[in-house]
Amino acid sequence: MLKRDKKEEEEAGGNPFFNLEKTSVLQEARTFNDTPINPRKCCHILTKILYLLNQGEHIGTTEATETFFAMTKLFQSKDTTLRRMCYMVIKEMATISDDVIIVTSSLTKDMTGKEDQFRGPAIRALTKITDTTMLQSIERYMKQAIVDKNASVSSAALTSSLHLMKTSHDVIKRWVNEAQEAVSSSDIMVQYHALGLLYHIRKNDKLAVTKLVSKFTRHSLKSPYAYCLLIRIACKLLEEDDAGSDSPMFDFIESCLRHKSEMVIYEAAHAIVNMKHTGTKELAPAVSVLQLFLGSPKPTLRFAAVRTLNKVAMKHPSAVTACNLDLENLITDVNRSIATLAITTLLKTGSESSVDRLMKQISSFMSEISDEFKIVVVEAIKSLCMKFPRKHGVMMTFLSSMLREEGGFDYKKAIVDTIISIVEENPEAKEAGLAHLCEFIEDCEHTVLATRILHLLGREGPRTLNPAKYIRFIYNRVILENAAVRAAAVTALAKFGAHCQNLLPSIIVLLERSELDMDDEVRDRATLYLNILKEHQMALNSAFILNGLQVSIVGLERALHSYYQEPSETSFDMKSVPLATQPLTEQKASAPGEISGAKSSEKVAASRQDVYAEQLSSIPEFASIGPLFKSSSLPVELTEAETEYAVQCIKHTFANHIVLQFDCTNTLNDQFLEDVTVQVETNDGFEVLKYIPTPKLAYNVTSTTYTLLQLPEEPSQVTGTFTCTMKFVVKDCDPNTGEPDDEGYEDEYVLEDLEIAVGDHVQKVMKPNFGASWDEIGPENELEDTYALSNMKSLDEAIKNIKDYLGMQPCERSDKVPEGKSSHTLYLAGVYRGGHDILARAKLAMGDGVTMQITVRSTDPHASEVIASAVG
Amino acid sequence: MGGLLSYFSGLFGSKERRILILGLDGAGKTTILYRLQVGEVVTTIPTIGFNVETVIYKNLKFQVWDLGGQTSIRPYWRCYYSNTDAIIYVVDSMDRDRIGISKQELVSMLEEDELKKAILVVFANKQDIEGAMTVTEVANALGLSSLKNRKYQIFKTSAIKGEGLDEAMDWLSNSILQQK
Repeated sequence: MLKRDKKEEEEAGGNPFFNLEKTSVLQEARTFNDTPINPRKCCHILTKILYLLNQGEHIGTTEATETFFAMTKLFQSKDTTLRRMCYMVIKEMATISDDVIIVTSSLTKDMTGKEDQFRGPAIRALTKITDTTMLQSIERYMKQAIVDKNASVSSAALTSSLHLMKTSHDVIKRWVNEAQEAVSSSDIMVQYHALGLLYHIRKNDKLAVTKLVSKFTRHSLKSPYAYCLLIRIACKLLEEDDAGSDSPMFDFIESCLRHKSEMVIYEAAHAIVNMKHTGTKELAPAVSVLQLFLGSPKPTLRFAAVRTLNKVAMKHPSAVTACNLDLENLITDVNRSIATLAITTLLKTGSESSVDRLMKQISSFMSEISDEFKIVVVEAIKSLCMKFPRKHGVMMTFLSSMLREEGGFDYKKAIVDTIISIVEENPEAKEAGLAHLCEFIEDCEHTVLATRILHLLGREGPRTLNPAKYIRFIYNRVILENAAVRAAAVTALAKFGAHCQNLLPSIIVLLERSELDMDDEVRDRATLYLNILKEHQMALNSAFILNGLQVSIVGLERALHSYYQEPSETSFDMKSVPLATQPLTEQKASAPGEISGAKSSEKVAASRQDVYAEQLSSIPEFASIGPLFKSSSLPVELTEAETEYAVQCIKHTFANHIVLQFDCTNTLNDQFLEDVTVQVETNDGFEVLKYIPTPKLAYNVTSTTYTLLQLPEEPSQVTGTFTCTMKFVVKDCDPNTGEPDDEGYEDEYVLEDLEIAVGDHVQKVMKPNFGASWDEIGPENELEDTYALSNMKSLDEAIKNIKDYLGMQPCERSDKVPEGKSSHTLYLAGVYRGGHDILARAKLAMGDGVTMQITVRSTDPHASEVIASAVG
Repeated sequence: MGGLLSYFSGLFGSKERRILILGLDGAGKTTILYRLQVGEVVTTIPTIGFNVETVIYKNLKFQVWDLGGQTSIRPYWRCYYSNTDAIIYVVDSMDRDRIGISKQELVSMLEEDELKKAILVVFANKQDIEGAMTVTEVANALGLSSLKNRKYQIFKTSAIKGEGLDEAMDWLSNSILQQK
């Protein structure tokens, strides 16, 4: 007996509800219909129901409704525990059972009743079962509850109102007076919740929010929570206004640094250090407050302070330097999280000489901290390498020893990312870095990482002094790994073969072995590469092995699909496929603080053009103009901020046409626009073929109108300036209902001028091996010219301008000028409208201004001409 | 054992009797409930759902359920029929227009199996207002005379004034005690 009990207990893991079954619990729920009620037993059953719901058990609507109605019978009992359990179940079942409004009267009675224990929970349950129409009937009670003397009732009503805002904003808006009254409550929670509600009611009205903040900054609030909220609201306002430290909002936040509550002080300091525009002067008081916290006996404060400083150190390392002494003391903190953050902060702020010591310190407890903090350490090392390139030796050894240790995927990925970025940034570290990565892939369980490293080896390896030494590592993958890695390894091998003539015979032998691989992809790749390599033609090597396809995968898929649907005599034209938009990875290294931000936007950018292509192809008028070549990346604003109408323009380039997409927004709520077009005029030889109006433009809805332009006949004439006017029919309407009048009148609105530049005709492409592509195109359409760019102050500035103007992609990291150099060569690659490859080599020399000698090669003579003459 | 227990509890009058108060919206059900419970007139709002209270009348304990009378809530009445000892059906004696609807609801309710044994008390309410239908008129309009196998009685009441409630409750208590 004893034995069995023990076993059961083990199975259940001490959880009495472990073996619950839905059907039997629902069966038990019928007990609720019995009279008299047994509160203890019913409580137990309700607990079981809650447990099942929280375990994600699905209960069908019929079953749920039946159980819910049985539960309503429990309202006859006065037992407090039972009643409160009922509230919990009501809240959980509000969405899965039908007809939950049946308990409305009972809950209304409880929320206004004498039993304080019932009132708050009843309000919360009531708001869960109420919709907008029902809300009107309980509105009076909610208003009363908000201003109730009892803090728990008032708080419950306020927080419930916040939840109701999502569905019934208009009703809650009327409760503003009650919320105002609650803000002056002496209870800290009520004050906080009331302020929150007031803010959310007025959230969409910026002026009202500003008034709200300035009002409460003058009255001193009692609640530290309310203060924290106020600081956050003020911060948001500052950010929206793009205001700096001269704003009264900032003064308020600054004054909070002297508040008596630690929570408020921290919130204020945190807010200040995270603002966009803070300079050293504003930063100093905030940092010194955080510095005080570093010495606090409370671990939470120390942690908060060090974590914030760690973030600040990214943006303003010099401001944090003042805290170095205090941070040093925290290195040995018993709390490992604090210690890790302290060390990584020091790594960011410290001088080159202290790096070795700190690295030693950190490796002593690396094994004791969690993966999450290990990643923090890796990030710190990454930024350190950017700062002190000479220290790469120490870092690299450290990173490789970390790679060898146990750790999850995210951790390993962070290390590999770091090594890769070091390799890319710092030519001196390349060989060592590649060697470490080679060692890592010998025992790497993550396919994603292995393929990434193989890709890197294929790109960088052939250009090292001794490429042969990488072959063994790569070929081992072909023998040992799964299909995805094998395929990547085959590609890497082929790149060595294409680039290094002396290795070619051996590579061919190795690739021949993969021709018998079990996997289709691996076999196909090997066969393709072998046949290309055996041709011994540099141009082929460059086009198919070293530089690969530049098209958008989604676009290629769509183009192939439509080709397949309507087969034609002509063969499939690769040039008709839209190119992949070059993601912004190259700028990443220069802004280490914003890595995460860049990454997320990159994903959007990659798919954006495909979205446009889809949209445009659905418009019948544009069917005849061929596939989309390029869409301009950032929309051009043709109106100032906060005018009556907001118009943005996106330029879509086609082979012989340009489509201007105007996204118009009507910000006047008493107007309804119809038949909106944007008329453009120019003298530069462009011809307007068609306007496609947007039939209706309602208040606050963005609609799109298109204008189709024919490019000038003369192929070298590609740029132009356009005057734009928006024409439309206005119908006045009632701002509340949105009903427009029947009568309308024509009107127009002048927009800012729009430019079409050289960059609009060029799509960025990345040529990983620029030299190979340069030779591939050949000197046939080569043009060369020299310009003096007298208003450029530095090489960096010149590079940025050239790159933006031509709309081409810098290759081989040539957009980064090594420090202290007065001359530099920039390699740019792109595809010109119509699918012609275009490469430019710009030799820049710094003198009095910048002198540029630009050499352009292209598969099309006109393209060369346009690019070569563009800069002048 | 169960029989013995109910015998004892019946003897001491501690067993709760279950009563439903039903009727169209605005008939005065909630007012009657609280008049019975606390002896006062309380301000009420339309009942969305139900109110349940324990009422003690002459040593008898009643568990009284007042269910909302709005059209949208009437379908839920049936969820509360089981184990009901008596039904108080409240009629607004002023509402001549809807007395027909009231009759339909009453008839369909009495057809339910679960209410086979329930005693029916009809309150012809709002008798304090001039021009109200008389008890006979109400009884005829509801077709009470055609009820078979049902113990029932009709009373003229005014929940506001508190008139007629005692007589009705006396009759109800006696009938319930007799039935057991």
